[in-house]
Amino acid sequence: MGRRRLGISLACRRLGARLVIIGIKMHAITLNNLTLGYERHPAVHHLSGVFEPGSMTAVIGPNGSGKSTLLKGITGILRPLGGSIDRGGLKTSQIAYLPQMLEIDRSFPITVLDIVILGLWRDIGIFGGMKRDLWQRVEQALTTVGLEGFEARAISNLSGGQFQRVMFARMLLRDSPVVVLDEPFTSIDAQTTLDLFAVIQRWHIENRTIIAVLHDFDQVRAYFPQTLLLARDLVGWGATDQVLTEANLLLSRRMSEAWDESAAVCEENAA
Amino acid sequence: MNHFVDFFLSPFSEFIFMRHALVACLALALGCAPVGMLLVLRRMSLMGDALSHAVLPGAALGFLVSGLSLYAMTIGGIIIGLAVALLAGAVARVTALREDASFAALYLISLAAGVLIISMRGTSVDLIHVLFGTILAVDDPALILVASIATITIFTMALIYRPLIVECFDPGFLRSVGGHGATMHFIFLALVVLNLVAGFTALGTLMAVGMLMLPAAAANFWAKQFWSASLAAAIIAMISSYSGLLLSFYMNFPSGPSIILIAGICYVFSVVFGKHGSLYSRHKAGGHLAG
Repeated sequence: MGRRRLGISLACRRLGARLVIIGIKMHAITLNNLTLGYERHPAVHHLSGVFEPGSMTAVIGPNGSGKSTLLKGITGILRPLGGSIDRGGLKTSQIAYLPQMLEIDRSFPITVLDIVILGLWRDIGIFGGMKRDLWQRVEQALTTVGLEGFEARAISNLSGGQFQRVMFARMLLRDSPVVVLDEPFTSIDAQTTLDLFAVIQRWHIENRTIIAVLHDFDQVRAYFPQTLLLARDLVGWGATDQVLTEANLLLSRRMSEAWDESAAVCEENAA
Repeated sequence: MNHFVDFFLSPFSEFIFMRHALVACLALALGCAPVGMLLVLRRMSLMGDALSHAVLPGAALGFLVSGLSLYAMTIGGIIIGLAVALLAGAVARVTALREDASFAALYLISLAAGVLIISMRGTSVDLIHVLFGTILAVDDPALILVASIATITIFTMALIYRPLIVECFDPGFLRSVGGHGATMHFIFLALVVLNLVAGFTALGTLMAVGMLMLPAAAANFWAKQFWSASLAAAIIAMISSYSGLLLSFYMNFPSGPSIILIAGICYVFSVVFGKHGSLYSRHKAGGHLAG
């Protein structure tokens, strides 16, 4: 805490107020007793809580604890097995989502510029053309992620880190009030991670809601005010320093080991 | 010199069926090139093959109803082809079976059904005609049909180019912006079926897919961008059509296999001598660059 945190949060509030005026609406994402899973096996179990508008939350937990599943539920890819998600009037197509396993065909003959421009889908759609102000936004996005001069590069010639920068540039252009990231920095080098964290920080200051799955607890402590610790069931959700404790982590490891192949139908909350 | 020109031109100037066949094949080349390129880029090459067999029972039903009639066979082919494409997609979506496997299952069923239906009424000569095509069958209505399908194909491709390309390399993104990925996928499959149907009067149901796949596969070695590769594919398909028809005229070969075989020679040539990623270009490349 202290003066620095206060200063940042004041700046946030001021910027936030300005952004509300220029049109970024505030949407809370509320989970009501949410159960998500595959083949009737729950991967996220009876989860309730709220991602406040403008909050920045790290989702952590052991492998198989349902982190990616939760993000798929929030972005509308996976339908809930039980409970519901209230996105506060936000359409799923307005949520910028960076999946962990990209379905992108990296050998496809397409350039960096063409991919980044797709971030403007809401402005150009299927038939629309590019206008001068849109070109400026594309240029700015490329500069922000440090890819000036890469416009004409084919994506097959990019390194993993450069490609992740392309993905971030595209998300920048989507201008979404909610940004959902699934392990954005796994197998990405330190410099790229640092640069892209700056982009995430900027989104935070612009009062966008950020939900990110991360594995590096140091990164979580350094950047994320909120943490959601998951082990199929909720272990903790709140301020990072209160959730990210040794006791909680130990608990989450023990809980996630209990996967039962022949589990009976869950009776909790049954009518 | 005169003999030389005669050799290359007289079959077409003297015989109207040769002119018809040539124009039909040139139109076919234009429509098939971009569709074939997308099939290659989407790694759906074998899906095109499967769909070509799916067209057969439809054509066979048309044959059963009204003999070697273009309209009946075309309409039958389009209906059954689209039905199989839809069904394969539905099976993949509803059950645990992957789309390629469900395509394979359905095309084997279609092929068997098609051959049986034709043999119920026709002779083995009819069967050969349907499977391998006959250029004598390309009359004015057939020509108009092929030209219409080529036109529809090119305009549709131009219209939905953007979502089609995105659906091709990043379907997850198209889904996340609500870009109607499934619709685009089906429109594309419909274009594949249309072009296969366009091809089967001249090339036969078995050979029609060759006009889609071989020029596109060869063009990959000559150009890198989608549009330039499509252009290369169209040119390769046109050269194959012309040379294939000449070959079939002088050697009395069936037209479909002749054209496809020439396209195959173009493919082998491209694999060996193409500009990008061919055997020769890889061998020639030598040492690495400084930076």
